[in-house]
Amino acid sequence: MAISLGFHIILAALGIGFPLITLIAHWRGLRTGDNHYLELARRWAKTMAVLFAVGAVSGTILSFEMGMLWPGLMGPYGDVIGLPFTLEGVSFFLEAIFIGIYLYGWKRMSARLHFLSLFPIVLAGIAGSFFILTVNSWMNSPAGFEIVNGEVVNVDPWAAMFNDATAVQYTHMLLAAYMVSGFLVAGVYAWGWLKGRRDRHHKLGFIIAFSVAAVAAPIQILVGDTAARRLIDAQPAKFAAMELVTEGGSNAPFTIGGILVDGEVVGAIEIPGLGSLLGTRSFDGELPGLDDIPPDEIPPVNIVHISFQVMVAIGTGLLLLSAWFAIRWWRKKSLPESRWFWRLAAVSGAAAVVAMEAGWITTEVGRQPWIVWQQVRTADAVTNADGLIWSLILITVVYVGLATASVLALKRISRGFASGQDVATPYGPPVPEATGD
Amino acid sequence: MLPNVIAGIIWLGISAYAIFGGADFGGGIWDLFAGGPEKGRRPRALIERAIGPVWEANHVWLIFVLVYLWTAFPEPFVSIATTLWIPLTLAALGIIFRGSGFAFRKWADTVGRQRWYGAWFAGASALTPFFLGTVVGGVASARVPLGNAEGDVFGSWLNPTSLLGGVMAVVACAYLAAVLLTREAVLDQETDLAEYFRLRGLIAGAAAGVVAIAGIFVLRWDAPSLYEGLLSTRGIVLIIGSAAGGVASLWLLWNRRFLAARPTAALATVAVLWGWGAAQYPWVLEDAASIEDFAASDPVLTAMIIAFAAAAVLVVPSLVWLFRLTQTRSLVEGDIRADSTEALMIKNQTPREKA
Ligand code: HDD
Ligand code: HEM
Ligand code: HEM
Repeated sequence: MAISLGFHIILAALGIGFPLITLIAHWRGLRTGDNHYLELARRWAKTMAVLFAVGAVSGTILSFEMGMLWPGLMGPYGDVIGLPFTLEGVSFFLEAIFIGIYLYGWKRMSARLHFLSLFPIVLAGIAGSFFILTVNSWMNSPAGFEIVNGEVVNVDPWAAMFNDATAVQYTHMLLAAYMVSGFLVAGVYAWGWLKGRRDRHHKLGFIIAFSVAAVAAPIQILVGDTAARRLIDAQPAKFAAMELVTEGGSNAPFTIGGILVDGEVVGAIEIPGLGSLLGTRSFDGELPGLDDIPPDEIPPVNIVHISFQVMVAIGTGLLLLSAWFAIRWWRKKSLPESRWFWRLAAVSGAAAVVAMEAGWITTEVGRQPWIVWQQVRTADAVTNADGLIWSLILITVVYVGLATASVLALKRISRGFASGQDVATPYGPPVPEATGD
Repeated sequence: MLPNVIAGIIWLGISAYAIFGGADFGGGIWDLFAGGPEKGRRPRALIERAIGPVWEANHVWLIFVLVYLWTAFPEPFVSIATTLWIPLTLAALGIIFRGSGFAFRKWADTVGRQRWYGAWFAGASALTPFFLGTVVGGVASARVPLGNAEGDVFGSWLNPTSLLGGVMAVVACAYLAAVLLTREAVLDQETDLAEYFRLRGLIAGAAAGVVAIAGIFVLRWDAPSLYEGLLSTRGIVLIIGSAAGGVASLWLLWNRRFLAARPTAALATVAVLWGWGAAQYPWVLEDAASIEDFAASDPVLTAMIIAFAAAAVLVVPSLVWLFRLTQTRSLVEGDIRADSTEALMIKNQTPREKA
């Protein structure tokens, strides 16, 4: 399940981010009359369609898995969290339809209407991811039901959707999606730049995508900080594991690196007092520590701590890279020349993906042993069917194949673009030359 | 009341998946039987043109059914999912293989790879509806008890009714696709392909009729309570409706009235499904979980109905728009409308670029 989700989330992020950069390119194209922009919009939309299609398949599998693997979650709580899944389905359907409309629209609609047809794609991506995220935030902050005599009663699906964790988790995810898409696309053009492809097409492609990500990066850090501070009260066990706070209390240190071996922190740099300062804005602030948590409610500390630090480190690094770009642009109105900038930009997309996955691992593993925070233990939610592990292994293997195949397909498409030949995509109109090749 | 409304909505979703998804799967089934690369090239191209634009979007109906089922009837849903996990996993794999095979075939650069991906696509197109059909058979023959994996992991889907469900699903998909493709071929002015699929449609339709009649005996022996239900007034009406639709569509196909054959073929398929629903009513799981007692609470059901209405209002018009767009001729070739984006691009070209 975690593997399916970890795979799906990358496609999901691109499904949110690609429409926005496409919209910006298209808008610039209409404003300036520069065809390079429109050509970028057209290529991005085609890539988006392919990714969306792979996302659709992986999403379909997820809805099977939810029921097969987690009867203890979906049985008692299926009605509490079913509504957002439904609404996500609606958003997904709309997004698919409008991607089709946009792809078909190139020769068939007025330019104005064609441009406007991008907006539903952007909005549906935002809405769909919002709905799904509410499910995850609900698992962290269950709301919208009562338990009477062991039965789930008085279900309020809207209260479940808008729970305490929703706002901050969703904002963080949305920004992550824009960062992942922006840096990944910019990375492709940065790679081309390093190989000497420095024409206007590459330059504009890089600037649009990188700017989107660069705007999201600083906000993301502020939101991440808010998310972390919310956890002090909401999920102290997760917080203590993330920050590796072994002893709770005031004036707690900030721990960089390090792992927990037999209850002792090994190999870490500790900055006295900074932990409390960051967490509570005061040296005297009290932080929860692992010693405050009942032993059977402590998550796998090292996984949570390491993945959290990876996310924060990458987030900081991407912020610096964005600042480099912004300062240079502000001072000289041109792109940095240093090859190091371009090397870093080329890998920034992969780094953003790693940060996003690490963030998810922090959230999910940090919630353990609970599947629904303080309501249902993961162990109690799992299916009783024997042999289900085979189902998991099989689906995992297939996912690896699917991932490889999608990369191959994208390479094929980009080769098509590079050689100036048009390529057919799902949802799009047929391309005359492409038949029979 | 509300639970029955939701059950009806779920049944609408099942019907939509059976028709639209069914025609998609059926396209893949005919791809499987289209013969070698040279012989099968033109039918395959037609299939690809027909299902390309909606590529895998039709699974949204399936997702819709699954999500509504787990939201409105959570406990029956997990009982089904955990007992029938084997055919469900196989169907899930089938969906992955089908979707990716179809997409990757498009971009494969050698004929060998094209055939390999084509085989994924076509094989999975036949197996997926089969496994989904066995799931239906397992539920319909009351083999899914309430609870977390309480049923027989193998017997629940390896039994006569499941087999009937699987075969019926495959044959119905093939029939629906053939009917769809005849008309598409006519639109593309490929009369010989229309004849090709007409013949195949007639064969598949006849096969569906034979399976349906044989099915009545299978159910009488293997799923007595479902059989009784079918003999109720509701059941009989729907069975007759299905038979009438089937015969009418075959007659229309025979007479090359391809467009009119579409709704009648759809009617035949849907009536069978509603017959199953009518026979099983008021149970979600026969004798174990009734629609009234195992439904989610009213606020949830109300929210679901609102969501359904909102979806209908948003999705239907946009789908119609997309559909009309795909049927529109290009504005640029021939009459350049000055403001089409593509025309703009041509206009913007500098003289050097034009040359
Ligand atoms: C590009 C991706 C990215 C980047 C650069 C960051 N994050 Fe993040 N983070 C995510 C992507 C992400 C995520 C994948 O989107 C998560 C997982 C679940 C969620 O809602 O967001 C997440 C979760 C997450 C959580 C757990 C929230 C919870 O369980 O309620 C915290 C505390 C932070 N993040 C904090 C930060 C901080 C302090 C960052 C500053 C440098 C940071 N993140 C950068
Ligand atoms: C809406 C989104 C998500 C939902 C509803 C969800 C649901 C769940 C559930 C039910 C579990 C407990 C079962 C288990 O241990 O596997 C879990 C754990 C986990 N999830 Fe997620 N998940 C979501 C997103 C993600 C994403 C995007 C990732 C990407 C890496 C992820 C990674 C994990 C991991 C690593 C675990 C294992 C925790 C452990 O057992 O130590 N999840 N998630
Ligand atoms: C815009 C971005 C996204 C796209 C394009 C997308 C795509 C899809 C698709 C096509 C499905 C199945 C079809 C449907 O629900 O109608 C699906 C389901 C799912 N997605 Fe996403 N998704 C997106 C965002 C996310 C995010 C951010 C998560 C969080 C980790 C997520 C987790 C899930 C889960 C758990 C399911 C299965 C439940 C269901 O069937 O609705 N998705 N997604």
